[in-house]
Amino acid sequence: MTHIVIVGAGECGARAAFALRERGFDGEITLIGSEPHLPYERPPLSKEGLAGAEPPKYVAGAERYQAARISVITDVPVEVIERKRKFVKLAGGRAIQYDRLLLATGARPRVFEACENAERIRMLRTHADALAIRALLAPGRKVAIVGGGFIGLELAATARRLGAAVVLVEGLPRVLSRGVPEEIAAVVAERHWREGVEIVCGARIAAIEADDNAARVLFADGGSVDADLVVVGIGAIPNTDVAAAAGLLIENGIAVDETLRTSDPDIFAAGDCCSFPLTHYGGRRVRLEAWRNAQDQGTLVAANLMGANEPFASVPWFWSDQYDLTLQIAGLADNAETTVRRDLGDGAFILFHLDGEGRLIAASGIGRGNAVARDIRLAEMLIAARSRPDPAALSSPETKLKKLLAA
Amino acid sequence: MSSNWVEVCAADDIDEEDVIRFDHQGRTFAVYRSPDDEYFATDGLCTHEQIHLADGLVMDDIIECPKHNGRFNYKTGQAKGAPVCVNLRTYPVKVEAGSVFIAIS
Repeated sequence: MTHIVIVGAGECGARAAFALRERGFDGEITLIGSEPHLPYERPPLSKEGLAGAEPPKYVAGAERYQAARISVITDVPVEVIERKRKFVKLAGGRAIQYDRLLLATGARPRVFEACENAERIRMLRTHADALAIRALLAPGRKVAIVGGGFIGLELAATARRLGAAVVLVEGLPRVLSRGVPEEIAAVVAERHWREGVEIVCGARIAAIEADDNAARVLFADGGSVDADLVVVGIGAIPNTDVAAAAGLLIENGIAVDETLRTSDPDIFAAGDCCSFPLTHYGGRRVRLEAWRNAQDQGTLVAANLMGANEPFASVPWFWSDQYDLTLQIAGLADNAETTVRRDLGDGAFILFHLDGEGRLIAASGIGRGNAVARDIRLAEMLIAARSRPDPAALSSPETKLKKLLAA
Repeated sequence: MSSNWVEVCAADDIDEEDVIRFDHQGRTFAVYRSPDDEYFATDGLCTHEQIHLADGLVMDDIIECPKHNGRFNYKTGQAKGAPVCVNLRTYPVKVEAGSVFIAIS
């Protein structure tokens, strides 16, 4: 009987396991994770999951794994992939034979170098991290957040909701400089400012220190910020060590082709850990850290583990929730030549990004609740269709995007 | 089982292949007009997280949640795959004298 082993029990690995059964795979499936929990959703960890200090939001309950005949091994890291004899070795020495292997090993937080390892200096990736951070957030407490990306900003909003004072420190001239247009980042920053978050941009951090009772961010110019807790959110790096040790090709992540196959034909990789050629953007190699990408690649890789050989052709899609604002981005805007703005009322707006040939390559929107969701979704479909919509139609809220899609 | 027919809106208030939100007595519903000009109604919130489906996109007989793209057939309520696995409840709908009514049991 064919045995498919999945290393990494996050959103992507779990999705792939279920998708195998949904497609009729009848062999053995083993899902191996290094955390003590069944697979859970990570997006809530910086949002309501943190605020409520809830148990993790599981992707599926234990009974669904049982019903789908998926063996789940938790709390054990995989240490070695033995490609010649086709088995993986777990911490503690247990070996598991595979016919096809999926690496969905995810990413881990980037570590700030001049940073002590201390209770009061934290990063956020796991449920355990969220609980530790939550324990130090309360009225009268102060948190210093290093990094003005999605994680740092979402955490800032949650900390304010819990009544803690927040200073957010960003090294670059503005927050969200990676992949979010300035116009939208400005809306986000302004909202944080109104909620009482102090944002310091262009900061050069010399060190982060802590003792048993306090933490401190020290700046190169001699200044400092004292806090009860420092959370560092300066990006993530893919978990490639085991793959690299096995001799798989690594290129900012485990390198896969458009079918998510690694340099070993029996091994695939998907989700945050892999870099792949992006079909709609001339095949440029990217690595995406996003929930939707983990889902979509998990679903597709299941088909390819069964021999479908289908290319991955999704358009990148991200979202972030802060206060009652939701930001959504479809596509990659960095090669845009023109930007067209569409106002949707109540402060919500979408920026459509077009390349030199007038092709829609990205759309970024922000608004309260799900104000921009429908149009961003339609924009995603227009991007996938390689459409060249009339900029005047894009800017006019009276023109339904669905009509452009049909055109 | 007793049902109350409740007036939702004028039939023209919903575009073809579109959806509106309808709140009634503390409950929220999504009311749809299909591309072939029929009307349907379901519970208003996605079964994955508490998100209003009326902010989502209708394509043929599918409603897609605006947050995580969970998909349902709004005619039958059937969940169409991850991340949604629990079906949506549906409600009878009728159009009379140019108005849409749903039966809330």
